[in-house]
Amino acid sequence: MSGVRVLVGTKKGAFILTSDGKRKEWEIHGPHFGGWEIYHLKGSPVNPDRIYASQTSGWFGQVLQRSDDGGKNWEPVDNKFQYDGVPGTHQWYDGTAHPWEFKRVWHLEPDLHDAETVYAGIEDAALFKSTDGGKSWAELSGLRKHGTGPQWQPGAGGMCLHTVILDPTNSKRIYIAISAAGAFRSEDGGETWQPINRGLHSQYIPDPTAEVGHCVHHIAMNPKRPDVLFMQKHWDVMRSDDGGSNWTEISGNLPTDFGFAIDVHAHEPETVYVVPIKSDSEHYPPDAKLRVYRSRTGGNDWEALTKGLPQENCYVNILRDAMAVDTLDDKGQCGVYFGTTGGQVYASADGGDSWNAIVRDLPAVLSVEVQTLQ
Amino acid sequence: MIRVEIPAHLRTLAGVTTSREIELEVAEPVTLRAVLDALEARYPMLQGTIRDHGTLQRRAFLRFFACMEDLSHQPHDLPLPEAVVSGREPLLIIGAIAGG
Repeated sequence: MSGVRVLVGTKKGAFILTSDGKRKEWEIHGPHFGGWEIYHLKGSPVNPDRIYASQTSGWFGQVLQRSDDGGKNWEPVDNKFQYDGVPGTHQWYDGTAHPWEFKRVWHLEPDLHDAETVYAGIEDAALFKSTDGGKSWAELSGLRKHGTGPQWQPGAGGMCLHTVILDPTNSKRIYIAISAAGAFRSEDGGETWQPINRGLHSQYIPDPTAEVGHCVHHIAMNPKRPDVLFMQKHWDVMRSDDGGSNWTEISGNLPTDFGFAIDVHAHEPETVYVVPIKSDSEHYPPDAKLRVYRSRTGGNDWEALTKGLPQENCYVNILRDAMAVDTLDDKGQCGVYFGTTGGQVYASADGGDSWNAIVRDLPAVLSVEVQTLQ
Repeated sequence: MIRVEIPAHLRTLAGVTTSREIELEVAEPVTLRAVLDALEARYPMLQGTIRDHGTLQRRAFLRFFACMEDLSHQPHDLPLPEAVVSGREPLLIIGAIAGG
C-alpha cells in the first residue's frame, strides 16, 4: 500500500501529515517541538523512517533532532557546528567586514545512499556533513574558503546556505545555493567548489553579472535528469542545461518573476512549478490571488493553476523550502505540495490541475518535504 | 544539593517531566560555571542552549537569577550566594521576555 508523509516545518513546531496513495484523507500529527522554529525536516531516501529536523530558537539556539520511526519519537543529536579554523569575515549589510557566526541550520539533506550521512546548510553560510547520523558534524570548509567568501553578503533573511542538491548519478557532485552569494558546485564530494552563476543578472549589485553576490532563492532538479537545474532567483526564473555552468532566463509570461519556491514534476522533467510573489517588498501573490504557475515546456510559457486556491484577498507568502513533489504516478501525474506563511498546506494529486488545503491553520510554514512510502 | 530551574522548553528538551526543578550535586566552590557544567553533564542535549558551545558565554536572551538578584553579568567563576549553595534557594535560568 503506497502512501505519502508530508513533513512540515513551521514557526512554532513540526507537523507530520500522512495519507494513503489517494491523498484525499489526511491525518495531522503534531506539533512536535512546539514553540520552536522548525526550519526544515527531511527523511532519508535510504531509510524513510530516519528523519532529521532542524529545531531553532532565538532564546536557546540550535538543536538537531533525529527520528528512527518515521517521526513518532525523536532524540536530540549533536548541535555543535563549529567552523573549520579561524572563520574570517564576510561582508555585512553596509559593506564592512563581519565575522562568520553560526546562527542556525536552514536545510538538511540526507545522503542518497547512506542513511547515516547527512548534509546541513547553515547560516552564516557554510556546509556541514555528518557520517554518523548527526552525532557529530564537520564543516566542508572548501566552500567557505575557496576564495570568494569574503565577498558574500547576507540577504534580508540572513546569509544562509539554504539549498543542497545531491546528484543521483554522480555521488561526488553537489550543488548548493546561498543568499546572497549565488550557486556553487563541487565535483569531489564537497572538498573543492566553484561558483556557477554565469548568466545570472542582478541589478541590485554593483556588477549585475558578477561571479558571486546573486541572491539565489532556490534551485530544483529532477533526479532523472540531473544536469538540468531550475532556479528561482530574487528576481528571475532561470534554467541550466549543463549542471549550472550556464544559466538562461525562462521567466517568460509570468506575472512577476520574483518568488522563493520552485520545483520540478517527478515524472516530467520539463514541467516546472513556481509561485510568483508580487515584489521583493510585497511578499504576497500579485492581485491577492494565490496561483501556482506551471510550465510544461521547461520555462518561458507558463499557465496559472488556480482550481482550489484562494483567488481573492490572499496575502500569504510561500518560502523557498516550502514546496515539494511526491513520486506517485496517477496517470503520469505526481503530487505537488506547498505551505504558506498563513499556515495552509495545499496539495494537488493531479500535477497541479486542482488543489486542496490538507491543513489550514498551522503556524507560518517554513518548509515542506514529502516522502513517498511504498 | 543545588536546585536549578530551567525554562519549560529546555525541560522538555531534556526530558525532565516530573518537577520544575533539577537537583544537582556540585562540588565546592559552587560557581555558576560549576553548576552549568554539572547540568550539561547530566543533560548533554542542553549543551549550546544556555551558553555558546565555543565561548561558553551566556546566550543573549537568557538570564541567571538567584535570591532576587540578577547574576547574568557576573563572572561565571564567582561563588554563588550561600542560600543557593545550601539549597535554600534555587538558581533560576530564565528566558528573557523578548518577542515571539
